[in-house]
Amino acid sequence: MTALISIQGGAKRFVKGRETITIFDHLDMTIEAGDFIAIMGPSGSGKTTLLNLLGGIDRATAGSITFAGQRLDQMSEGQLSAWRAANVGFIFQFYNLMPALNAARNVELPLLLTSLGGGERKRRVETALQIVGLAERAKHFPREMSGGQQQRVAIARAIVADPKMLLCDEPTGDLDRKTADEILSMLQLLNKEMGKTIIMVTHDPEAARYANRVLHLDKGRFVEQVAA
Amino acid sequence: MRILNQIIAVCSINLKSLPQRFWLSFSTVVAVAMVVTVLLGFLALAAGFKRTLDGTGSDTIAILLRDGSQQEVNSVVMLDQIRLIGEAPGIVRKPDGNPLISGELYVIVDGVKRSTGLKANLPLRGIGKDGAALRDDLTITQGRMFEPGSNEIVVGEGLVREFAGFDLGSEVRLGTGTWKVVGVFSMKGSVFESELWGDAAVVQSLFRRGSSFQTVRVRLESPEAIDQLRDYVAGEPRLKLEVFSEKGYFAGQSSNTVKLIQNAGWPLAIAMALGALAGALNTMYSSVASRAREIATLRCLGFGGFPSFVATLLESLVLAGIGGVIGSMGIFLFFDGFSTSTLGQGFTQIVFSVSLTPALVKQGIILALLVGLIGGFFPALRAARVPIVTAYSQG
Repeated sequence: MTALISIQGGAKRFVKGRETITIFDHLDMTIEAGDFIAIMGPSGSGKTTLLNLLGGIDRATAGSITFAGQRLDQMSEGQLSAWRAANVGFIFQFYNLMPALNAARNVELPLLLTSLGGGERKRRVETALQIVGLAERAKHFPREMSGGQQQRVAIARAIVADPKMLLCDEPTGDLDRKTADEILSMLQLLNKEMGKTIIMVTHDPEAARYANRVLHLDKGRFVEQVAA
Repeated sequence: MRILNQIIAVCSINLKSLPQRFWLSFSTVVAVAMVVTVLLGFLALAAGFKRTLDGTGSDTIAILLRDGSQQEVNSVVMLDQIRLIGEAPGIVRKPDGNPLISGELYVIVDGVKRSTGLKANLPLRGIGKDGAALRDDLTITQGRMFEPGSNEIVVGEGLVREFAGFDLGSEVRLGTGTWKVVGVFSMKGSVFESELWGDAAVVQSLFRRGSSFQTVRVRLESPEAIDQLRDYVAGEPRLKLEVFSEKGYFAGQSSNTVKLIQNAGWPLAIAMALGALAGALNTMYSSVASRAREIATLRCLGFGGFPSFVATLLESLVLAGIGGVIGSMGIFLFFDGFSTSTLGQGFTQIVFSVSLTPALVKQGIILALLVGLIGGFFPALRAARVPIVTAYSQG
């Protein structure tokens, strides 16, 4: 397997008044293409900050972040936006769907950043909704769907532009156990069948079991690395 | 094309989610509508007043007033001066060779407003036997013209509409005498429709004016002939008079009142616009705050900040634009053509109709959009700078 994304000497510090708060320092990690990683750790351990750095929505104070040979830490904001649109699918704890748009229009959003025509966008949206089993719900609005269905729409949105990497922030944190298992199985399927690299932040050990590897982050350091 | 797609998508999300922010958005629409209503109310009053006075008079009629008097009510012209004016060049002559000329009196009498029941000053004009022939658009719409030498008057349509007691056949006490209303006239909505007309000799007698007049009207051979008349008056030491074209005279009369109305309207509207602006800013900042997670999510997906900027600005412009249209429509539906009266420069009431013109509506809409533009600009900047990590926030 080849490295898809890596952090070398990564550091993230915040200045608050006269105090400098270090989230993590000298952090090294490498994630292979096709990996399914769960990142666990107590609150404040830096999990979400790490996810933000890997997703190009926050910048490291020091160190380098490399994705398939490209240095994210050297990109401008515009370049990072384009990189995210092409390479990353985001799945959030609270789904983050647009309430004013129906499922199909929500899923279509990432495709508006491509040069695809309307017909091709429609076809890809239908395919993505079929993959998550919600083809018949294309015209439904988020308020007309359950939490699990909304998360499946969010997954369809995350995969519709065929990104290499999915970043999931507590994707089952707002769902009951049964629905959470369905969502996690779907992520596992996307990893195994479609080769998506998945990095998932979670507090839930049950969820972490679906990953290939579990990284425990505490006080800015990986304290444990366990094969799932 | 991609940026256009982004802008359309974000604008669509914003506008479709407006119902979620209904009351806040509604308050902005109402505030802007009120600003536009007040502004257009004043401007339409001024425009209606100006239209009435500008539509009065002809450029082939000359008015002569005592030098420096400016207003008919302040002027005095003696009978022998009228005879001298009759000999001036450039004046149209009748088949019998006499000049088309009218010595006129302008007397202030009391009237009672139908709407308020309050007393107001009205102009009673005594006109000579050629007075009617010196009014181009005069039409007797009810009854007949007064008989010379009698206590009869005819009244303008505007005056009958606004003031009580002057209907056809009524008898009214004016000055020391009782007068009978024998006719109602129209003059295409001009200022003369706010007047009462009687025979000049009878007005002189019943108002103890002796043989004096206040103005003289003559028909000119052409608009240019006014220069001949001015030269003649300037060269005749017994005529210390000022010569105006009738059209120019009334246009000059309107300007001060119009300025007064406009000078009251604009500052009031601007003061209200500042209030509406504060409301718009509040609405739009709230809108950005309530959509922060949506905006951040879109940025996460790869959307730029510019589409969020445009969409927020557009939302503000749409709300302000709706307010502007509602304000304009309110004035148009409820006040356009509404007849009212105000004190003119002759210290008498002038009846006119409120007039909302397309140019005024344009001004109102521009003011509304200006409120929307400024009220939306800074919140739009904030929208463009929403931290992307906000996407991870709850609710």
